Amino acid sequence: MDFFDRFAVPHPSLAIYASMAAIGLTIIAVIAGLTYFKKWGYLWREWLTTVDHKRIGIMYLLSALLMLFRGGVDAIMMRAQLAVPENTLLDAQHYNEIFTTHGIVMILFMAMPFIMFFMNFVVPLQIGARDVAFPRLNALSFWLFFMGAMLFNISFVVGGSPDAGWTSYFPLAGTEFSESVGNNYYMIAIQIAGIGTLMTGINFITTILKMRAPGMTLMKMPMFTWSALIANVIIVFAFPVLAVLLAMGTLDRQFGTHFFTMDNGGMDMLWANIFWVWGHPEVYILILPAFGIYSEVISTFARRNLYGYKSMVGSMVIISLLSFLVWAHHFFTMGQGAFTNSIFSITTMAIAVPTGVKIFNWLLTLRKGKIVFTTPMLYSMLFIPLFTLGGVTGVMLAMSAADYQYHNTMFLVAHFHNVIIPGVVYAMLAGLHYYWPKMFGFMLNEKIGKWTAWLLSIGFILAFMPMYVSGLDGQARRMYTYSEAAGFGLMNMISFVGAAIMAIGFVLIVYNIYYSTRYESRDISNDPWDARTLEWSTHTPVPEYNFAILPDVRSNEALWDAKKNGHVLFKGEYQKIHMPNNSGIPFIMSCIFFVWGFSFVFSLWIPVILTTIGIFVCMALRSFEQDHGRYISVKEIEETETNLRGA
Amino acid sequence: MKIDNSLPLEYSTEENSLKILGFWIFLGAEIMLFATLFATYFTLENRTGSGPTGAEIFQITPVLFETIILLTSSFTVGLGIHAMRIGKQKAMITFFSITLLLGLAFLGVEIFEFVTYVHEGAGIQTSAFTSALLTTLGTHGAHVTLGFFWGLFIILQIKKRGLTPQTTNKAFIFSLYWHFLDVVWIFIFSFIYLKGMM
Repeated sequence: MDFFDRFAVPHPSLAIYASMAAIGLTIIAVIAGLTYFKKWGYLWREWLTTVDHKRIGIMYLLSALLMLFRGGVDAIMMRAQLAVPENTLLDAQHYNEIFTTHGIVMILFMAMPFIMFFMNFVVPLQIGARDVAFPRLNALSFWLFFMGAMLFNISFVVGGSPDAGWTSYFPLAGTEFSESVGNNYYMIAIQIAGIGTLMTGINFITTILKMRAPGMTLMKMPMFTWSALIANVIIVFAFPVLAVLLAMGTLDRQFGTHFFTMDNGGMDMLWANIFWVWGHPEVYILILPAFGIYSEVISTFARRNLYGYKSMVGSMVIISLLSFLVWAHHFFTMGQGAFTNSIFSITTMAIAVPTGVKIFNWLLTLRKGKIVFTTPMLYSMLFIPLFTLGGVTGVMLAMSAADYQYHNTMFLVAHFHNVIIPGVVYAMLAGLHYYWPKMFGFMLNEKIGKWTAWLLSIGFILAFMPMYVSGLDGQARRMYTYSEAAGFGLMNMISFVGAAIMAIGFVLIVYNIYYSTRYESRDISNDPWDARTLEWSTHTPVPEYNFAILPDVRSNEALWDAKKNGHVLFKGEYQKIHMPNNSGIPFIMSCIFFVWGFSFVFSLWIPVILTTIGIFVCMALRSFEQDHGRYISVKEIEETETNLRGA
Repeated sequence: MKIDNSLPLEYSTEENSLKILGFWIFLGAEIMLFATLFATYFTLENRTGSGPTGAEIFQITPVLFETIILLTSSFTVGLGIHAMRIGKQKAMITFFSITLLLGLAFLGVEIFEFVTYVHEGAGIQTSAFTSALLTTLGTHGAHVTLGFFWGLFIILQIKKRGLTPQTTNKAFIFSLYWHFLDVVWIFIFSFIYLKGMM
């Protein structure tokens, strides 16, 4: 009985029992469906073992959308709880768990895979490559991320969710104040997903540096590829820091060390410092690729080349450097002194300068442009004013003296949602609509798409603007309820209505996918948006080898150049193409990692040892394996090309 | 698999040069990993609680042994790569084997050292200082352990398959890793042991 007590949720409620039932039924339905339609073999051959960057990208997209709804349900529950004073929908513990998981799921398991999806799908196509540098490592990266996300998600129904905030500050996150295994999940699940992310970083830097098409110098790379390169450099520098931090957190919680404890010399502020040395660059890992997508979308639909290409690149480099110099602004009020605060105040405000440069470049791209208002463009146009507002409140928060007023209030919550939603989420949605035809061969419905964009924006304004007001009035964040006399009721009710409208917007996206899958025309060209970069020069759907002949690049808008100046992109004869073979090792190894993580969370040391051995056996097997890939013959390429062109 | 004969075998295919660049970037990540550990150690160095200080537990003799052993192993792995470049498979395997034996000897001394620390009341749970110390040393030691098995598998592969673009590529990357561990050790020796004993 003791044994099973450990896996029980320490604090069950109706919502948790309902989730257990839902998870169980979904698993049964999936297994039954796969068996009934005899799709196990298809799933294994085409998806679980794939090393194709496009398919891996699509799997990232599916996970991101799935997690968007998990995080969204958390958000709605929070807003519902706070909608009226002295609400009892959730209790304090449940509320703690929900804001913690909302933060982690949305940042690490929704936004991160979303940008990974774009990097995987778009970067090789944009640089005219046939694959990434290390295709198997890429598959392993995805599966590790996926297993980390799944491990984190089962915390809700097995053993209890983490409840110390997404920043998991010690000593609150230590065993003294968080006894359940929730924060073990935090440490282990993020560790597993983080290893995957680090490998993606290494993989894409190598890909972008070494695998560009002939003629594409660094300063002729499309802007999204540039943003991906810089984001990956930040990943390689930031994620090892997180890995060490989580390892020390694990040691403290499960092996009784004293890194962050309150006795025997431990220092709780060490956690906060190292956390934000990773955590602040992390937000730029998310926003820079988003900026890259806006650059692509805005120049495509303004029908103009991007204004200030070099300053766009330069500003991203400066942002990436500054991102590592601002971490202490996360604890201005925790007693570090006026001098330190001033330094970090200045470095923080300095980030507004390169960001401003980018905003002006986008505006100047629009100037004299022939703007076409498609759904992706609509998102980009809504982004500029809304994101600028978030940037301005960011500068307000960067003033360390004034921060004593804002610290840990809803003002801060409003600020970071104000940059992350119009900044990152809108970019992801713009990119989703933009690249959908390249992925699946049909467009998403424009009318529903525009409705969604407007609904999300109205919902967003209603949900987050009131928080600035109630925050300045003193409503603290992370409080599960407030008294009627506090007077926060009206603002929170408006927020709840806004959140509900946003929820409708997100559901509309799913409806749009469903509707477009059934009714939208399959008869689209390779370049439905009349776009400017290489990914639109290959067939739709993209063949396995991406390009039958590697393109000959002359400028940073290679396709536009070819269209306007009659330059021939694809010159020469077909040659056989070398492609990697599928492999089951990444998936199997990640499954072992999942069991390893689960056993580690519950301190089941024998399975931990066995699975650790299993992981190393997989690595050794891979080392001894001889697999030189295969060749696609010229005849095969000719057949594929004729089919794609003829259809 | 196009082989460019103007380059050393380990660089001779496109895939090989990709792997070497990728590994250099990985080493960049490893630098950040150890930098974080060092930053933690320097922060917690004097926070010994009720436990012993560094000056009380550090002993120069085993540490000097470890340093000499590891420096020598870095030299022998370099000789191994030199032998590989001039195509002497047997010499290369010999040098690689010596490297790995030296790695084992290093681990032996380190384990002895850890056991001594625990006997002297400086276990990983004693204080923030010992936690940081043993975690930093342990991470380096774990890297050496992994390197031992990695090197062993490469020797087996070279015995089986000879010096091919693939095996030489693996051996070269392994040598980068091994040199890197030596560099990290020099930092540990200078900034943990020597500084701690002063």
